[in-house]
Amino acid sequence: MSSEVHFGQVQGAQQAVAAVAIHDGDHHAHHHHQSFITKYIFSQDHKIISRQFLITGMIWAIIGGFFSVIFRLQLGFPDKSFPFLETIFGHWAAGGHISPELYYQLVTMHGTIMIFFVLTAGLSGTFSNFLIPLQLGARDMASPFLNMLSYWFFFVASIIMLSSLFIQTGPSEAGWTAYPPLSALREASEGSKLGMDLWLISMAVFVVSQLLAGLNYISTILNMRTKGMSMTRMPLTIWALFFTAVLGVLSFPVLLSGFILLLFDRNLGTSFYLSDIYIAGHALPNQGGSPILYEHLFWFLGHPEVYIVMLPGMGITSDMLATHSRKPIFGYLAMVGSLFAIASLSFLVWAHHMFVSGMNPFLGAFFVLFTLLIAVPSSVKVFNWLATLWRGNVQFTVPNLFAIGFVSLFISGGLTGIWLGNSALDLHLHDTYFVIAHFHLVMGIAAFFGMFAGVYHWFPKMFGRFMNNTLGYIHFWVTFVGAYLMFWPMHYEGLAGMPRRYYEYSADALAVYHRFQHLNEFISVIAIIVFAVQILFVFNFFYSIFKGRPVKDPNPWKANTLEWTTPIHVGHGNWPGEIPEVHRWPYDYSKNGIDFIPQTVPVSPAEEEVQESITTR
Amino acid sequence: MTYAVIAQRKKIHPYKFNMWVAIAAIVMMFGGFTSAYVVMRGQERWVSFQLPHQFIFSTIVILCSSFTMAMAVRYFKRRMMNAYKRWITLTAILGLVFMYSQFLGFRFLYAHGVNLTFNVSASLLFIITGLHMLHVLGGVIALLVIFFRALRKKIRSYDPVPIEVVATYWHFVDILWIYLFGFFIWLR
Repeated sequence: MSSEVHFGQVQGAQQAVAAVAIHDGDHHAHHHHQSFITKYIFSQDHKIISRQFLITGMIWAIIGGFFSVIFRLQLGFPDKSFPFLETIFGHWAAGGHISPELYYQLVTMHGTIMIFFVLTAGLSGTFSNFLIPLQLGARDMASPFLNMLSYWFFFVASIIMLSSLFIQTGPSEAGWTAYPPLSALREASEGSKLGMDLWLISMAVFVVSQLLAGLNYISTILNMRTKGMSMTRMPLTIWALFFTAVLGVLSFPVLLSGFILLLFDRNLGTSFYLSDIYIAGHALPNQGGSPILYEHLFWFLGHPEVYIVMLPGMGITSDMLATHSRKPIFGYLAMVGSLFAIASLSFLVWAHHMFVSGMNPFLGAFFVLFTLLIAVPSSVKVFNWLATLWRGNVQFTVPNLFAIGFVSLFISGGLTGIWLGNSALDLHLHDTYFVIAHFHLVMGIAAFFGMFAGVYHWFPKMFGRFMNNTLGYIHFWVTFVGAYLMFWPMHYEGLAGMPRRYYEYSADALAVYHRFQHLNEFISVIAIIVFAVQILFVFNFFYSIFKGRPVKDPNPWKANTLEWTTPIHVGHGNWPGEIPEVHRWPYDYSKNGIDFIPQTVPVSPAEEEVQESITTR
Repeated sequence: MTYAVIAQRKKIHPYKFNMWVAIAAIVMMFGGFTSAYVVMRGQERWVSFQLPHQFIFSTIVILCSSFTMAMAVRYFKRRMMNAYKRWITLTAILGLVFMYSQFLGFRFLYAHGVNLTFNVSASLLFIITGLHMLHVLGGVIALLVIFFRALRKKIRSYDPVPIEVVATYWHFVDILWIYLFGFFIWLR
């Protein structure tokens, strides 16, 4: 076997193999003593790093979700005062009303935290780290050290972003997109002072973390698969994580260059994004720049970023639907092909975020075409998911419910994408609640559903215990129904023209939107309920780590993929003995009357005959 | 569905592969900057200026350093460690000379009134070449690390992977500079 072990694995493998040899099959394979610090804090083990990403992501999700509840209070109940807000935010919420500055800061931080810290780092950080070595049959990542660095860069980015919440002038309030000139000029607002610098520095560190992580994921997937694990035998989750990493590695550097220019504009007097600006009657010296340049650089990442958030959920959903419906995935190669198509097209559509920002309308036509083309691979995916469920032996387990919920949200949110992708319709719909409804359904909640499905499904592998099912069902149904109750009404508000990013609608010019007051109230109440249920999930998560029902069967979901061939408590090096060899794809469910055939089972001669007769027919 | 089992081929070392992916990421970053340059050049208030002649000297120096780097790898593979150490020292020194020459170029521009805030054209030139210098500095540090590893008495390592990874990176920053220099000459 040792000839199969590839270079990077050698160290871990030899240690693990040696430990097993000495301790005769003790399945921890973990007897070289490690202190608490090297084992749980500065760990190079991909499974620990994955949990670090997950738990950090959960802490961020609570903060980001809490912020949305606060600004929903303002939107739903603009006239009521909430004294507890003054207790938390002090003079930022004098008299129990949050100030407009704080409102924008909350919105900005909600977006930044959810998109980057939760759904990028938390989602792909968790599952790429956990699943790539386990599902491909590797001892660890290609470079465990870089992997550890990627978490700690993320941690530093988190600390900087968190600290920006506590400074005197508050965090950035320029929106998660940080458009100049608002973000480039200190005089623009309170949040554009120190908060914006911290935001930029934190994001720059975050980009470094994502690059280190991404190159490791790509190199592990391409180079460290076990014997027999050809690319076309990889689970779709891995394919999705692969494309996610490629997108990240190719698009985050461009964002970094945009941020570097912005930092220079802010601190060293350059004029990349600034020209002809008057503040308080005084002309600024900056000449010759263009804010559109920033928008191009930002959205060149910004759009692939949407798919960085989405693809892991797509991959996890594919595997959940197949495993929990006891059916092979429908159209495996079409699934891979559509992932590839989505990933490639995502680099050609960025300017659909800029239809109304002064771009040449003829250029817009090009971006409309490519944007609408994305509907094709997306539809292929939806069709295949539904075909996988069709006449399957569908088990309504919690992970499967979240996967089905993902498909539902992806359809509902994706259809409105076709509306927004048309530059003509976008004239009316841009910057309205329609946009908020669209992207929250299709990439916000849907990506969260992918994450939840993954957490419920792989929790037994991560912690050797199950999460509580009843709490899981409550979590699913309230979140699922709540998601639609929150965001469906926003489509109507947006079609009626109600603008987003407004602190209140009390001005006479906005009187036409007063009729949505009760609807806004309703949305806010639902938001609070849904947030409360997420806290229940967090409770379930941590409670189950210690008190959950222990896993007895190493393969509790009767799944085919390799991670379930490891011991219940996986040690360093993942497999105590040899790395298993792979003989088939991961979707042999209900084949020839057999419920499931793991990837490690060799293809029997009889099976081969049947297959040949099928393929040559 | 039948899948042909792909025979285990000799795959690229993961660290080398990591370096190639990292290079792709760095290319994207400089791609972002040079696209910004192209876009901004189309604007009315673009002011072009003469490139400092020091950049030509820098180009020659960095080309030579690629040669010395290749020599270092060659001697390492022949296990001629003293020659290897000499060539690698020379490479690092050439890297520092390159940076100094770039710095002189900056000083030349400043002396002629072309400073960071002169115009978007100058700002971009300074940022792009400055970031490239930082990447060269990273290469020099990597060279120092492998140099001191070669000095260790107790552990003799003849594993060519680290030096090859550094060499790949070094040739990359060289090619990157040639691209940037040509770009600046062509689109002034």
